[in-house]
Amino acid sequence: MRISFTEWKKSGSPWIWLNAGAVAICVIMVVGLLGLIAARGLVHFWPADILQAKYSSDGNQSLVIGEIVESEQVPAEQLRDAGVIVPDGTKMMRRDLMKIGNRDVGGMDFTWVLENNLSEQSYPQMLFATERREWGNFYGYLRALKEGDTLVGQYAGYDKTPEYMALWNRFEASIERALIIRKDIYQIEKHEIGSINYTLERLRLEQRSLELNEVSDPAPYAAIEVQRAELNANYQDLQQSLIDLYTKINRDSIVAEISNGQQVDIAVAKIVRAFRPNDMSVTAKLAHYGDKLWEFVSDDPREANTEGGIFPAIFGTVMMVILMSVLVTPFGVVAAVYLREYAKQGFMTRLIRISVNNLAGVPSIVYGVFGLGFFVYFLGGNIDSLFFPEALPSPTFGTGGLMWASITLALLTVPVVIVATEEGLSRIPRSVREGSLALGATKAETLWKVVLPMASPAMMTGVILAIARAAGEVAPLMLVGVVKLAPSLPLDANYPFLHLDQKFMHLGFHIYDVGFQSPNVEAARPLVYATALLLVMVIALLNISAVQLRNHLREKYKSLEM
Amino acid sequence: MKMTSNAKAHGIDISSLQREVRDLDLSSETTTLQVKDLRLSYGDKEALHGINMDIPKRRVTAFIGPSGCGKSTLLRCFNRMNDLVDDCNISGQILLDGNNIFERTVDVADLRRRVGMVFQKPNPFPKSIYENVAYGLRIQGIKKKRDIDETVEWALRSAALWDEVKDRLHESALGMSGGQQQRLVIARTIAVKPEVLLLDEPASALDPISTLKIEELIHDLKNDFTIVIVTHNMQQAARVSDYTAFMYMGDLIEFGVTDTLFTNPEKKQTEDYITGRYG
Repeated sequence: MRISFTEWKKSGSPWIWLNAGAVAICVIMVVGLLGLIAARGLVHFWPADILQAKYSSDGNQSLVIGEIVESEQVPAEQLRDAGVIVPDGTKMMRRDLMKIGNRDVGGMDFTWVLENNLSEQSYPQMLFATERREWGNFYGYLRALKEGDTLVGQYAGYDKTPEYMALWNRFEASIERALIIRKDIYQIEKHEIGSINYTLERLRLEQRSLELNEVSDPAPYAAIEVQRAELNANYQDLQQSLIDLYTKINRDSIVAEISNGQQVDIAVAKIVRAFRPNDMSVTAKLAHYGDKLWEFVSDDPREANTEGGIFPAIFGTVMMVILMSVLVTPFGVVAAVYLREYAKQGFMTRLIRISVNNLAGVPSIVYGVFGLGFFVYFLGGNIDSLFFPEALPSPTFGTGGLMWASITLALLTVPVVIVATEEGLSRIPRSVREGSLALGATKAETLWKVVLPMASPAMMTGVILAIARAAGEVAPLMLVGVVKLAPSLPLDANYPFLHLDQKFMHLGFHIYDVGFQSPNVEAARPLVYATALLLVMVIALLNISAVQLRNHLREKYKSLEM
Repeated sequence: MKMTSNAKAHGIDISSLQREVRDLDLSSETTTLQVKDLRLSYGDKEALHGINMDIPKRRVTAFIGPSGCGKSTLLRCFNRMNDLVDDCNISGQILLDGNNIFERTVDVADLRRRVGMVFQKPNPFPKSIYENVAYGLRIQGIKKKRDIDETVEWALRSAALWDEVKDRLHESALGMSGGQQQRLVIARTIAVKPEVLLLDEPASALDPISTLKIEELIHDLKNDFTIVIVTHNMQQAARVSDYTAFMYMGDLIEFGVTDTLFTNPEKKQTEDYITGRYG
């Protein structure tokens, strides 16, 4: 049966289609966004095959070795303008971005090559890649392994022979040994010496505060001196064992041949991992991939944040969000309770509500400026001169830090919590309040025992919205405590464990820093995507846990069906 | 009566509801609540125009009257629930055992403990059955688990609910039926051992069977409590109450022994109302 257009319109279907279409577009956009950053970011960790090919340009022939990172079509016109000789009749040419590594030798670790000029492409099994602690990746052929000055093994061919494999296995064992020693070094440098330095600094401050208070009794000074001598002795011991460890770790080195035939020495201590992607099975590649992914989320960054992991940034973000929630919840709830339950409703409360709502619309950078001016300089400066005069002129709280960042974001999100809590309070049925009052409960008792528990899901909604907003903020944080690279986590084993005055790393700022402030843009780009994906996942995780908590509360305090 | 046939159809023995024949006389009763020239206004609108009455101890007193006559408002004066209304002004006195409850020195929370109230719609807290009944006790600062256990059981037994819920005391009260919830609210109220029990149309949101159970309960409770009940249902007033007050437009028209008021009202207005001529 044919339905006329007017009838179709009258049935309401156009609106349903319109709405469904809008929803579909939203979903597609979200999925597309996540898909894009996931695809761009996650590919980075896959051990790509290493290409070896002859490259001819301007009559010169050379060997190139590296990974193809991306390809694009370029108009021939553009290439001709750039002085490249392009055969007549071609309109477009394919251009590949190759990661050739070896920055210490060639100076650049990425290069563009024209597909047409590549010949004799092959993927030799014996090519190996290493990730190093400095100078980025290295690609080449393994030629020899040395322990100190003695040659342990060498190999000159290009084929996979038992002889070569023996050398390779010794190389891997050598890397393994260096990594174990490095772990010890890390333990001593980061934790043991770190904690000694921390205690020494505290002793110095203690002494300074004694001096400032003009204590003339020599006893406390002597006590400090005794402790200091003890710590210094410990420090000397550790220093000695460090020297031993460094001698041990620097024992081995390898010789490798790069694309132009040059032989290069690499210290094994500088190598993070070595692998031959062209000779790896899919399972081995998967294992490698998992390894890299784990390193990404659990390790410290290397090489100006372009290599290694971003654990400190994840930790900083989560820490800051948790602190922010802890600060914002009581503050917002108390304000909402007063506004809704105790304040006399009238002009003043209306004014306050309008102000609170407008506060939510203030650009976040303005909060950053306020945080810097009021919290950091004014409050922090006063706290320093009152409680930490011994550390002056170097500031303790008078500079950006975890606490000021959390408080600034708490201020930014408090309107959301107030509005959500008020909403929740207004939805508690009057009859339940009356029921409690009629049993002889005072207003405060009613509030504590009945109303607030019943309103707790609404408070959680507020907190969820606050988390969602705060976790993604970057602009204000740049002013009040986020840094590119923090020397230590804000939570550690040194008293008082949680260092609220410390600067910290943040995923959002990390994205900005890696993407726009990095000297090595090509290397950093995939990390921008990967970090963005991780940021989304961290926020989602924080939100999901808050939503779970809310659902639990909702189930527990589900309101009466009125 | 209509209700009786309903009840019989449901196979319920209502003989317990039949009031024992007794000589009732308002003037020979002990007074619990004495209302003296009580006037109440919401803003400019006066809702009660000087009410005077004595509510007798350990009897059931019913307030009847058409909607908006002020019977609920009067009831809510007894435990000062009207304090919660913003522009409500009260003059006159209500004496509870001789003391004016509107005195400045009166502790409202303590007054409300002594004068308990049950509302029209069941309003259990979103807590377990046990915690609902224990709520008032905990508010009073009773901490001993044994004392609370005992009182909870006593209150639930008194509210004829114990047998139905004794196996699920720690389940949410919101899972109960409406009638059970209302009896739970009554149990919650009597758990704090008030002297007066105010019932504001306690059965109006319930089905006939639950209504009957509530009425049975009222009958049992009057041995221990002074009960004041507001009801729209005249049959209910006739069944459960000893004394009935008829109110109209903010005035107390007639107050007397229920049987007399229903069978032989003094005032024309009362007769018109109970015979269904208006209201």
